[in-house]
Amino acid sequence: MAFFEMTKTAIKTLLSTPATILYPAQPAKKTPLSRGHVTIDESRCISCGTCQRKCPSQAIVISKEAKTWQIDRLRCVVCNSCVDTCPVKCLFMDTQYSSPVIARSVELIAITYVKPAKPEKKDEASA
Amino acid sequence: MTSEIPETVPVETGNLIGKVEEFRDGGYRLVQINCSKIGDVYEINYSFDKDYRFRNLRITVTADTEIPSISGMYWGAFIYENEMHDLFGIRVRGMNIDFKGHLFTTAVKFPFSIAPSTLTKDEKP
Amino acid sequence: MTKQIIVPFGPQHPVLPEPIHLDLVLEDERVVDVIPSIGYIHRGFEKLVEKREYTEYVYIAERTCGICSFIHGATYCQGIEQIMNIDVPERAQYLRVIWSEYSRLHSHLLWLGLFADSFGFENLFMNAWRIRERILDVMEQTTGGRVIQGSCKIGGVRRDIANEKLDEMRRDLDTTEREIRDLTTVFLQDNSIKHRLRNVGRLSKEDAYHLGASGPTARGSGVAIDLRKTGYGAYGKLNFQLVTDSCGDCYGRCAVRAQELFTSIDLIRQAIQKIPDGPIDIKVSGAPNGEFFTRAEQPRGELVHYLKGNGTKFLVRSRIRTPTLTNIPPLVRMLQGCELADVPVIVLSIDPCISCTER
Repeated sequence: MAFFEMTKTAIKTLLSTPATILYPAQPAKKTPLSRGHVTIDESRCISCGTCQRKCPSQAIVISKEAKTWQIDRLRCVVCNSCVDTCPVKCLFMDTQYSSPVIARSVELIAITYVKPAKPEKKDEASA
Repeated sequence: MTSEIPETVPVETGNLIGKVEEFRDGGYRLVQINCSKIGDVYEINYSFDKDYRFRNLRITVTADTEIPSISGMYWGAFIYENEMHDLFGIRVRGMNIDFKGHLFTTAVKFPFSIAPSTLTKDEKP
Repeated sequence: MTKQIIVPFGPQHPVLPEPIHLDLVLEDERVVDVIPSIGYIHRGFEKLVEKREYTEYVYIAERTCGICSFIHGATYCQGIEQIMNIDVPERAQYLRVIWSEYSRLHSHLLWLGLFADSFGFENLFMNAWRIRERILDVMEQTTGGRVIQGSCKIGGVRRDIANEKLDEMRRDLDTTEREIRDLTTVFLQDNSIKHRLRNVGRLSKEDAYHLGASGPTARGSGVAIDLRKTGYGAYGKLNFQLVTDSCGDCYGRCAVRAQELFTSIDLIRQAIQKIPDGPIDIKVSGAPNGEFFTRAEQPRGELVHYLKGNGTKFLVRSRIRTPTLTNIPPLVRMLQGCELADVPVIVLSIDPCISCTER
């Protein structure tokens, strides 16, 4: 039979600083590995569409013609699959969570990658 | 890696009750009942376990077969049998607790079956 | 004969963390019969397997449950690896054990908190969750996710833990263990808690076995079933004692979970000590062709994944049998004959996770 087992913990808690952080005033906890949101280096993306195919929640849409990379932040489950499979490593995982929104929308990013004029060089070399 | 390789024995639907009875008398516990759609037939696995030995009974039925309930031997089987009925539309005879299709309420009736009804909740009479 | 009335309970109720509905048939204050219903949050995970490649389904399998997510992912991978005859590197197996046991710690602490809340011990609830936060911090530092780790993949794991970090984790465990010891002393010794939980929701050993109870629900009734004893993954190389309790009431189930915290801490220590250096994954090619039943021990009990592939990148069937589904029949038996005021405590004592039950 034991009584007041909780007293020790309760007194300790009372005398110590809060275990929580005052969130919007103080920034939330982050670690270098935290999965926040996906970012893209639009100058390196070759529009191959691997991220779109490998996305389990189908949040990414790539348009080769319009040269756009589009992501629905509310569909994205931040699984890191696109970052892992990107062949040119132009996708990154930022540790900051994406900011709250009041309406559903997609983020559209224009791809500025220009294919280097490789075949021409070859021609010159062979010529 | 799991060391155990599950053994699966196919049985006739008619012999199912007898086989399950053997398992019950042998002191096995029911692990799960699992239905899967293979082409146009359903495969139903009854899994049992005793001292980490995992054994399966498998029956293969068509959509219009009525299968006997094993809830007489394993009281807890009702949850799996109702699930099987609600998701696959398999008719089970003589369940101890019959939810009559209300264990899982889904927008599409029998969503995992061969021919799921396309009626949505709003269209239902 | 007294007049019978039916009281609906749930799916929305202040003490219920998850949506389960119970129709309680009462005679005065005594529950004579219970009809459980689920099906409020069926998400069709098992159907999704036909639309996603088997390598991506890992992420989906992991999202079946928000608490024991890692073990779902690891069990799914284990099944696919068995079908495809992949030998996972040893380091990856140890890492899986470490993360699984951290998941168990976090799940049990979460449950202890919720359970304390269900019998009205608010302070204890907050304390349990404060310790849980330490566990989640380690999870985030090593995998990048607090509850959805996403660190498992077919053929190994996606992230390694550096050996220095492992040492730091082991040192941290000492502090955590001390705090957990203080917490469990309250759960196991305090008079008011004992008074509230003793002889509430009894489940006999025979009933627990035959109704298919699993995990702490079974072990709280004295049935020694723990799938970790089959030695999947690296569990075969680690030593641990099964925790059982013979009382079979809410106190027994609480005691089993409280003591399992120390088993988990011990397992993590052993794994950190024994972990070999080496690769963490191997390359996987091809597609699964065949079927396998894979089983693992989740914080809530025995988890069964049934996977069937036909040689394409899309599986034919993935069936997830979660522990709560099999714990519902024992719950019905526990509730028969109890008092109405005990219903919330008893429902919580099986650690219901209805969302993963319905997939």
